[in-house]
Amino acid sequence: MSGRLLTGLTRSGPLALDRHVATHGPLPDSGSELIAEVLAAGLRGRGGAGFPAGVKLAAVAEGTRPVVIVNGTEGEPMSAKDRSLLKRTPHLVLDGAIAAARAVGAREVFVCASAQANTVVAAALAEREHAGRRAQPRFTLLPRADGYVAGEETAVLAHLEGRPPRPRVTPPRPAQQGYHGRPTLVQNVETLAHLALIARHGAAWFRELGTEDRPGSTLLTVSGAVRTPGVYEVPSGIALDEVVHLAGGAIEPARALLVGGYFGAWVSGEGRGLALDDVALRPHGAAVGAGVVVVLGESACAVAETARLTAYLAAESAGQCGPCVNGLGALAGAVERLATGRAASDDGERLVRWIEMVRRRGACAHPDGAARMLTSANRLFGSELAEHARRGPCARCAVASALVLPAVGASLQRAAA
Amino acid sequence: MSRPSDLRHAASDGEELVLDPIACVGHGLCAELLPERIVLDDWGYPMVEPSVPSALHGHAVRTVKACPALALKLRRTASQR
Repeated sequence: MSGRLLTGLTRSGPLALDRHVATHGPLPDSGSELIAEVLAAGLRGRGGAGFPAGVKLAAVAEGTRPVVIVNGTEGEPMSAKDRSLLKRTPHLVLDGAIAAARAVGAREVFVCASAQANTVVAAALAEREHAGRRAQPRFTLLPRADGYVAGEETAVLAHLEGRPPRPRVTPPRPAQQGYHGRPTLVQNVETLAHLALIARHGAAWFRELGTEDRPGSTLLTVSGAVRTPGVYEVPSGIALDEVVHLAGGAIEPARALLVGGYFGAWVSGEGRGLALDDVALRPHGAAVGAGVVVVLGESACAVAETARLTAYLAAESAGQCGPCVNGLGALAGAVERLATGRAASDDGERLVRWIEMVRRRGACAHPDGAARMLTSANRLFGSELAEHARRGPCARCAVASALVLPAVGASLQRAAA
Repeated sequence: MSRPSDLRHAASDGEELVLDPIACVGHGLCAELLPERIVLDDWGYPMVEPSVPSALHGHAVRTVKACPALALKLRRTASQR
């Protein structure tokens, strides 16, 4: 795959340091002036929320003794882009972390990722030391925590401080009070990789690709009913049908596409001319989110998939906020009853009522994500849902899930128990 | 961040109620004391309309003090900071 972040990659394994430098050139010795460049570039955070990276950098730079955290938690089950970057081009992510640390004045960087990814990052750091590059800032690698919300930035902080990986109430934002009270830049792996290239080539170059709202390229994890699922780098704002085409085309007609992640939204399989850009997706209740695109083929049942997703999201609540614990549980129950023809007469109304009731009611955006996904499901699959409520499961309900991966089955069983 | 002692000096205009959803365990006293701004959801947790007009300042202060979980706070709105 060509592109920016994924350029120069060998067929397998990580890009070695010499190949990395030959591909991208050396990392310039930038400092705080990089913040203005990142602001001008309009780089958005690639972890899911899309917060402007430059604004975060500027906020962290205001504090004393700041810390940088490379967030490779990637709790979203349908996303593989961050671990792919860490495993295939670790030096680009390290460059981004170093440039970010220099920009905000941090001497310490923590990398929070899977054990496998950390092994590759550790080897990359050793490679640098071997090449006579003294590691500055100092890197500490830590295994990520499991769980859907563990990648939320305050949950990452809690995890690094040795507490359960659960979000806390904000403000204060990590930029003000983060790791052990210090100003902390928690930045997604892909965001830092882009930052490494902005440090080399500047804002104008970055904006040569993408849209006004979302400049640059974007990593997508494409899965479901496509011939070659995987991680693809695309210009931001590319049309959804081009994404499907890149992934080898659909193996059957698409009923719908899940965009963003489990917390994202369903968009119609027919509306594939839609651009992958938040401005274009907003009228559909969707956002680019973590860059996830799942194609749901016609052979799958959208209602059953939605019920499984809802059960998953309910089970993955951090269990702290009453409206999330109770609300997502209630929603999962209602969707399950509707999908299996065991619904009470008012379950359809309660579904709509509860979707609205859980929005903005948690310390983090987990309930909002579930509400977003269910709103889109209700709009797109409303008649099928009513049909299931009347007649019970359809023939396609029994088809193995395209969405909830085998690894996820365990937590689904936990939810059902 | 407001403690009760701060609240007495707070301007009654430009205040808002802030709920800590993690600290809140759904005692529900707030909805009894300030029904003008707080109602309970289907699971007994408060849904808060944050704006506090000056006429409700005293009631809001009393409600904040009455929360057994200390989950409710009154703070000046950002525009006044």
